Amino acid sequence: MLQIKNLHATVDGKEILKGIDLAVNTGEVHAIMGPNGSGKSTLANVLAGRDGYEITQGTILYNGQDLSKMAPEIRAREGIFLAFQYPVEIPGVNNIYLLKAALNAVRKHRGEPELDAVEFLALVRDRMKVVAMKDDLMSRSVNEGFSGGEKKRNEIFQMAVLEPALAILDETDSGLDIDALKIVAGGINQLRNRERAIVLVTHYQRLLGYIVPDFVHVLADGKIIKSGDRNLALQLEEKGYDWVKQETVAA
Amino acid sequence: MNGTAIHHYLAEYHRREASNNTPWLQEQGLAALEKFRNNGLPTTRQENWKYTDIGALARTGFITADARHNTIEHHRLDAVRIKGLDCYELIFINGQFSPTHTRLEGLPAGVMVESLGRSLPNPSATVREHLNRYADNDNYAFTALNTAFLTDGTLLVIPANAVIEKPVNLLYISNRQDQTLVSHPRNLVILGANSRATLIESYIGLDKAEYFTNTVTEILAGEGASLEHYKIQQESERSFHIGSTHVTQQKDSRYVSHSISLGGALVRNDITATLGGNGSETILNGLYMAGDRQHVDNHTLVNHLQPNTRSEEYYRGVLDGHARGVFNGKIIVHKNAQKTDARQSNANLLLSDNAEVDTKPELEIYANDVKCSHGATVGQLDENMLFYLRSRAIDEETARSLLTYAFADDVIRRITLQPVRDRLEYSVIGRLPDASLIREFV
Ligand SMILES: Nc1ncnc2c1ncn2[C@@H]1O[C@H](COP(=O)(O)OP(=O)(O)OP(=O)(O)O)[C@@H](O)[C@H]1O
Ligand SMILES: [Mg+2]
Repeated sequence: MLQIKNLHATVDGKEILKGIDLAVNTGEVHAIMGPNGSGKSTLANVLAGRDGYEITQGTILYNGQDLSKMAPEIRAREGIFLAFQYPVEIPGVNNIYLLKAALNAVRKHRGEPELDAVEFLALVRDRMKVVAMKDDLMSRSVNEGFSGGEKKRNEIFQMAVLEPALAILDETDSGLDIDALKIVAGGINQLRNRERAIVLVTHYQRLLGYIVPDFVHVLADGKIIKSGDRNLALQLEEKGYDWVKQETVAA
Repeated sequence: MNGTAIHHYLAEYHRREASNNTPWLQEQGLAALEKFRNNGLPTTRQENWKYTDIGALARTGFITADARHNTIEHHRLDAVRIKGLDCYELIFINGQFSPTHTRLEGLPAGVMVESLGRSLPNPSATVREHLNRYADNDNYAFTALNTAFLTDGTLLVIPANAVIEKPVNLLYISNRQDQTLVSHPRNLVILGANSRATLIESYIGLDKAEYFTNTVTEILAGEGASLEHYKIQQESERSFHIGSTHVTQQKDSRYVSHSISLGGALVRNDITATLGGNGSETILNGLYMAGDRQHVDNHTLVNHLQPNTRSEEYYRGVLDGHARGVFNGKIIVHKNAQKTDARQSNANLLLSDNAEVDTKPELEIYANDVKCSHGATVGQLDENMLFYLRSRAIDEETARSLLTYAFADDVIRRITLQPVRDRLEYSVIGRLPDASLIREFV
């Protein structure tokens, strides 16, 4: 589904990604861990197509198509979803209307009929249960005045409605309290299936205790320096990033 | 240039003199004309007009509209009226009162809503006492011009303790005529003690007509009175609109203004509010949107004369194309006006590299125990918001429209009168790309 080869990318002219190779197949869950500033969010933004993030070398293929030529909205319609590390507040743009427009744009792109207000609301009611979304958040402006945890929950709620093929979740766990983490992780697990790939960016083994990944990668200084299975996350928890870095230097 | 303009308006004055049927006003008219003759039209050398060049207006030989210019096809009014608004209504075509279209049934006893022109030949004591008393002919050249040419407009008098629930809607419509016209509408609004009213002034241009509206509204809010005032400016894209509102407030009165400026090629709106009584309050909300080569200038002056007065001003501007916006908000807190609370904010959104705005707060504070704040910003659409929307499958153009709308709507949603708010939201969205999609959002 996703094939990243020797990806180099700059942000405002500064090279942040320095040769990333990663292959993600449908049905897989990949965790990406790594120190602050190593380029995890940069990778997520490059995949979502943010302006100012320039690919200088390498390729990203998504279902065989060159992603670099696609506008962000087309990527979204093709099934790529980014849950933001810092979801932005958009005063004056209603949460629920945005979601309806988003869903219908996706459906139209797929050649499916758009949902009317009644059908849409029924779907929303159903998906709210996935992350136990509070009613009153729905009618507010996008993320406006939401608490940190509520914003994260809203991102996963959007994912539940949009049903993306590839979900990139950037530190969705940070900012969630212990109970909320359990609920949101449970929601993500419900959304996990054989057609969908999930890339989880996280700092904590705790999340991976709930959502068991198929692969774990360590991103440091713009490169994936080690990959493994879920045990790698446990080892990292125990030994820290220095251990991997030293190991790669030694190798 | 000024010489030509002065000469032109003097000639226009004398051309019409014969038809003047208001001898009692003549002296004031002549005095105003004299002021105009001495001061001329403003130039960019004057601080108050620094960014607004009215050269094109001054060079045009506008013909003063009269009773002959009162024609409109009846069906066109339906498009202009505000849908779903239950109101009293006076309609003026090119500044000329159109009695056939008036809607005044059920007006509460004692409340006066009528054509000012019709009341001038036999003026009531109220008209004699108040007309031309609150307007500032000395400092506003266009107000002096309006006073000199004063023939019609609206008289609204609300007696003490009266409350009129239905808004009074004044529709000033300009359409294409065989000459390039100027009209000088004059409105006089007198609110008795503890009375309450809602007034809407709409200026609407049809047929891409080229004309000049020079309007003046004088308002007196008596003790404890409350006025909600809407000014909706949707003049034609080739027109000139110069309007000033002069408000005088007595003790504990409240004046709320919503000034929405969407049309016109060259527009200048002045509001001066004088908080002349203890505990009085002024709220000024404003939105200006301009594109192409439109020029829109909003000047406000809030005068805190007495203690415990409060003012709150909130203006937003959206400028696209080669448009130019000007905002100048002046607050004067006089020596006696202790415990004044004055707030002002102006935010501008520039949608194109060629759009421009000059914004300037001016505070003059002569009292020592006051709370004053002001802020002005000029910015573009937020890249993070744009990306967020696009990452949710929304087209770039739609996302831009949506964020622009949200910015403008921050002013419009302060409007409590739902039909007016609906109409304005509709008009604002209509200016944006992808209008039909945005409508689904709101
Ligand atoms: N606009 C920018 N200009 C210059 N450097 C930038 C810009 N944006 C990000 N960076 C830098 O890129 C590097 C990678 O940032 P990124 O946000 O991808 O890190 P991260 O791995 O997600 O970190 P964290 O775990 O803290 O979220 C950081 O050093 C950051 O300062
Ligand atoms: Mg990050």
